[in-house]
Amino acid sequence: MKSLDELEKIRNKTLDNMSLRSKDKTMRIIVGMATCGIAAGAKPVMNSLLEELRRRNITNVSVTMTGCIGVCRLEPIVEVIDPSGLKVTYVKMTAEKAARVVAEHIVNGRICLDLTIGEAEKE
Amino acid sequence: MRDISMHMMDIIQNSITASATKIEILITANSKKDLLEIRISDNGCGMNKDFVNKVTDPFVTTRTIRKVGLGIPMFRESAIAAGGYFRINSEISEGTDILAGFKISNIDRIPLGDVAETLSEVIISRPDISYKLDLKSDKDVFEFDTEKIREVLQGVSISEIDVIGWIKENIEEGLKSTLGGVLNEIA
Repeated sequence: MKSLDELEKIRNKTLDNMSLRSKDKTMRIIVGMATCGIAAGAKPVMNSLLEELRRRNITNVSVTMTGCIGVCRLEPIVEVIDPSGLKVTYVKMTAEKAARVVAEHIVNGRICLDLTIGEAEKE
Repeated sequence: MRDISMHMMDIIQNSITASATKIEILITANSKKDLLEIRISDNGCGMNKDFVNKVTDPFVTTRTIRKVGLGIPMFRESAIAAGGYFRINSEISEGTDILAGFKISNIDRIPLGDVAETLSEVIISRPDISYKLDLKSDKDVFEFDTEKIREVLQGVSISEIDVIGWIKENIEEGLKSTLGGVLNEIA
């Protein structure tokens, strides 16, 4: 069973590392989590984002949810906003695509153009 | 919705929209009664009697951009399709209480789904809210309370990615020990 001792160890480790890392969150990820998003599979997408960030030990990215973004037919939708406020909207996401966005966009700064709303709307 | 944990996520979003600061979830499985009950209550703004009576209608919503609201009607449909029931109680400025019953052995009962995923995602998204999750079955009971976790964490945010990881694993273990074997989708 996961014990509270283990949680305390995580706490102490986090406090130790706190001084080493910059306090500002560099990027924000927003997942559309209204009825439309959830029904389309936003929950495993968000889980995949969190797992990937945890696996890569990325602590300065915030992940939150929002309601209906307004284009339900393109859900699950993930928005990535960089510190300058530039927003990239990824559509029709899956858990696999979400892991790719973390690796390519969040870590390496290369936008996954083929997954964006602009690309999806070209068809 | 493909599973119950997706409905739970949807209902929790309603609580968040209703400015709840406390959200309590209770999952009870009783194999003798062949009954799985999901109860979600919050201390949000609540709804008036008139609105509660029509909220299970898909053409009722508080949203202004569109005329449909499918969250509650779909949860109700899932419960009733599985030989269950659905009740909703709400009191203005007190909060809302939703209860959905499912017949465990019914062929149309959707699986419980990943409840640990639902909880960890809402906690990281809205760490300011306090969440309680109680699991009960003939086998075991499990309690999860973000306030107890905060007591241990002092100075560290509950939304730290490693803490969220611990929370998810903790709830997964709770689900296994209480509902494993009681619901056949959980080993």
